Amino acid sequence: MSYGAAIRQILRKSGDNKTIVVCSSILLLIAAIALLGPLLSPHHFASTDFENRFMLPSAGDWHLFGTDDLGRDLFVRTLLGVKVTLFVAIVASCVSLGIGVAYGAIAGYVGGKVDAIMMRAVDALYALPFIFFVILLMVVFERNFLLIFVAIGAINWLDMARIVRGQTLSLKQREFVDAARLIGVSTPGIILRHITPNLFGVVVVYMTLTIPQAILVESFLSFLGLGVQEPQTSLGALVNSGVSTMERAPWLLLIPALILAVILLCFNFLGDGLRDVADPKEKTL
Amino acid sequence: MLRYALLRIIGAIPTLLLVIALAFLMVHAAPGGPFDAERVLPPEIEENIARAYNLDESLPQQFLRYLGGLVRGDLGPSYRYRDYTVAELIGNALPLSMQLGVLAMLLAIVAGIAAGLTAALSKNSFVDRLVTGIAMTGISVPVFVVAPVMVLVFAVYLHWLPASWTGGTDISRLVLPVVALALPQIAYIARLTRASMIGVLSSDYVRTARAQGLKTSSIIRYHALKPAMLPLLSYMGPALAGILTGSVVVEQIFGIPGLGQFFIRGALNRDYTLILGIVIVYATLVISLNLVVDLLYGILDPRIRRQ
Amino acid sequence: MNHGLSLIKHHSRQRLPILACVAILLAACGGAQDAKQESVLNRGLGAEPESLDTHKARTNQAGDVQRDLGEGLTGYAADGQLELAAAERVEVSEDGLQYTFWLRPESKWSNGDSVTAQDFVFSFRRLVNPATAAFYAQQSLGDVVNATEIVAGKKPADDLAVEAIDDLQLKITLNNAVPYFLALLSHPSTFPMHRPSIELHGDAHARPGNLVSNGAYRLQAWEVGSYIEIVRNEHYRNNDQTAIDRVRHHITPEDAAELNRYRAGELDITFSVPSEAFQQMRKERPNELRVSPYLAVYYYGFNLTKPPFRDNLKLRQSLSMAIDRETLTEKVTARGEAPAYGWVPPGTNNYEPRQFLYANLSKDERHRKARELYREAVFGEDKPVSLEIRYNTSQGHRRIALAVQSMWREVLGVESTLINEESQVLIENIRMQDVTQVFRSSWTGDYNDAHTFLSVMESDNPSNLTGFHNDEYDGLMDKAAVQTDPRVRQVFLEEAEKLLLAEHPVIPLYFYVNKNMVSLRVRGWGDNVLNYHYSQHLSLADTD
Repeated sequence: MSYGAAIRQILRKSGDNKTIVVCSSILLLIAAIALLGPLLSPHHFASTDFENRFMLPSAGDWHLFGTDDLGRDLFVRTLLGVKVTLFVAIVASCVSLGIGVAYGAIAGYVGGKVDAIMMRAVDALYALPFIFFVILLMVVFERNFLLIFVAIGAINWLDMARIVRGQTLSLKQREFVDAARLIGVSTPGIILRHITPNLFGVVVVYMTLTIPQAILVESFLSFLGLGVQEPQTSLGALVNSGVSTMERAPWLLLIPALILAVILLCFNFLGDGLRDVADPKEKTL
Repeated sequence: MLRYALLRIIGAIPTLLLVIALAFLMVHAAPGGPFDAERVLPPEIEENIARAYNLDESLPQQFLRYLGGLVRGDLGPSYRYRDYTVAELIGNALPLSMQLGVLAMLLAIVAGIAAGLTAALSKNSFVDRLVTGIAMTGISVPVFVVAPVMVLVFAVYLHWLPASWTGGTDISRLVLPVVALALPQIAYIARLTRASMIGVLSSDYVRTARAQGLKTSSIIRYHALKPAMLPLLSYMGPALAGILTGSVVVEQIFGIPGLGQFFIRGALNRDYTLILGIVIVYATLVISLNLVVDLLYGILDPRIRRQ
Repeated sequence: MNHGLSLIKHHSRQRLPILACVAILLAACGGAQDAKQESVLNRGLGAEPESLDTHKARTNQAGDVQRDLGEGLTGYAADGQLELAAAERVEVSEDGLQYTFWLRPESKWSNGDSVTAQDFVFSFRRLVNPATAAFYAQQSLGDVVNATEIVAGKKPADDLAVEAIDDLQLKITLNNAVPYFLALLSHPSTFPMHRPSIELHGDAHARPGNLVSNGAYRLQAWEVGSYIEIVRNEHYRNNDQTAIDRVRHHITPEDAAELNRYRAGELDITFSVPSEAFQQMRKERPNELRVSPYLAVYYYGFNLTKPPFRDNLKLRQSLSMAIDRETLTEKVTARGEAPAYGWVPPGTNNYEPRQFLYANLSKDERHRKARELYREAVFGEDKPVSLEIRYNTSQGHRRIALAVQSMWREVLGVESTLINEESQVLIENIRMQDVTQVFRSSWTGDYNDAHTFLSVMESDNPSNLTGFHNDEYDGLMDKAAVQTDPRVRQVFLEEAEKLLLAEHPVIPLYFYVNKNMVSLRVRGWGDNVLNYHYSQHLSLADTD
């Protein structure tokens, strides 16, 4: 099966699944508002206003979500947070996808000693406490936005690699692979054109689960003070500073937390729906 | 089975060594050292300190010295908590973290399975949606939001439970941290159980059993439960990782002197020996747990056993 | 799975263990009732001490516990006044180089041994011994004859000019007159040490069960990561004045969590108060919120070794003038801090702090002058000035940096990037002086004298993070160091500060305040600029 056919099949089946339609619509809506919203509001996400700190949400003056501890508009900042969070999560998932699929497919297909060594390396990396690795990475390379994705992506590819390897092992036995080999397709060619399209279902499902993971990792980093840098913000960072002022200004916590929860739930349910669609017999993770 | 287990254990040793080497390199690559502080010290004093703690040796020398200590069972002195050795600190922290982790895992398993089964058995009904919805809050709200809110409500406002580890008795002070830690896992386990159970209930052999006239409760107990639990087993690895990550936050918020706390402090303080000690403990735990899970899988899933 | 089901069926088997647990719990509670006769204080300590060995620690938190456990030749009263402690009399020679102390004969260690002059000699020698690798060796005893050479390893520790003339008489000889020397002797690094304990236990001598101390309390327990518990030292010379029997210093690294514990009734005193909750506490618990000036300054330092700040006084000045310190202290930190227009905090003994020349200008005037200076500073530059502000991770630092960034943009049009770094990374970067431009830092006074602030800016001081090097300044400080007449000395120090401020190596932003929640049942709390609150000065009223 080619990439195009795989995508078309999934899209067709998804259209019938109510969960997928609802969740993706919500996510697309949120993304759209995040991109267009700032055009409506006169406020800039970094402009402070010490006379108007901790304002309640109100329609007047376009402070739809109120202001924070420095008088910055929460509406615009929340939208920025959504953008950053989604961006980081998607890119990080792509990074872990790229590394994981490549690694797992190669290990699974080549097999033998190479496979054993590669998987042994995965075991070793698995045993390293991930927090440790991330903190050290952030600390060694200073605060670099790009590196946040790399750090997050670099953690999650292990699971993906394991799963892809498993799938590749079973795909390897299938007839179309034998056929391709007979024709004389090279090993990289087989991996790229025959194995990976068939991984599509598994991979897509996994992606919708790693994205919420990546989002939570980014907020964990913000908790430690290692996430996105000021005056940029993410939903995790907003929620974090919201916790510290939650008695004084509960909306600073509730609004970003609610949006974060909706996004996380949507991705999770989306993953469930896609799993039903892509692998109807496989009810396992 | 026994031979397999032994082979795995022996095979784990080079993995462990690799882990230690990697951790050692990373920890020394980070800028700053254990004795750097805002208040800069006079150079002679800095030299004295470096000499006293062997930091003036080259990296390979320091590594060999550390390995030598390991072989003798000596994890070294802590660079930050200078009256204690790393072994002592870990010895105090590990049981605490394990107690917390095990209790959280138990709560998560019991509550998660209960929720998942309830939802699966009343699939697509109101009860299903309600239970699933409540369970899902565990994964949609980060633990560093849930925990402080719980402290505010239950400790500060209601005075029902202590706000910190030292504020209450053995039982009362465990409640909030364990619940906070378990919540995300309850959600995952509930979903897993529900999905897995639904799959099993619609499988051929269950339908056969139903056609043969067996009661639902018997079907569940004898035919559905065991295979439905299998995916749960493979989740145990990630679950442990999740609990360990979550424990860092929970321990910090409740002031629990567990491994997570010491680890973060060790990293921020560049307490080389403490970090390495915790990494070793953690790696050993993970490797052992993976082994146990694999063995259990072998025992429980007859398909694999036959291989 | 089967286990789960059988547990439910055999619940009768569970009743016995449950009953036993309940019985034990009741007994424990009953026991706790009797223990209530003793007075227990629960205080928040902040971060965990590195060690209770007074030579191996340097943080304020370690000092807080050590001051409860031990006692030096001098100490502080509840109102912050320096007084004699383990010594009952002192004589200083005319030239200020010889100090002779007579110790109190009734001073005893917690195991009953008498405190002798030899204990002090032993401790001082151990402090400067390079093998001990003590942090405060130079700071505390650096002025004693031979001390610097011993620390550098050039002379043996026995050469230190401290002598036990007899069991109760101690003589110390200095290289030059140091007016605040008596204050230095209140620092825990100069506390006496119990030699037999150290010889017996070695590196483990500072642990519960081993530590022998000469202060109002002795070490009972240390749950690492949780709390340090100390109990009354019956042998202490002033034991009948000590009101509280047992003190728990709780480790509270996070102020928000600490406040929750206080509000839940688990702590009687907090180490700090988070700014987010400040207004709320002021409204809800005004009598428990204690705020007073603290001897510490919060500042932004310039890296003077590189452009753009090297040799560009006007740029530094304009940046400093563009900042609204009043807005910072009223709206951003909002805990009663005082805006800092100088380097030495008000409240310093024997000193009149200096201020920037623009301190009294109106905001508009100041902004106008700032813009003028800025234009002159960047005249001829084709690239606009872009700056980096580095600070270590903290909500408070973040807010201030954001405010400063905003002010610089609005007043001068300067765009600055905020870089939030982990503490250790920032410290390293500051020392390297390579990438830093503007960095956040602070300085806390070690003793109540202007010297502790002004000496930081001497060119050979390792804590001079900016690279400030001014020969005239060093000259004034040297002259002040050898002055025996306090009034002349004060003039030199004030001149030095005036020069320092004119050169603008740093931007002082505000002077710290002490902020603690102190429960209404605590008596004897004295606000003081050093924030020392010895437990032996406190007592508990038996109200709720």
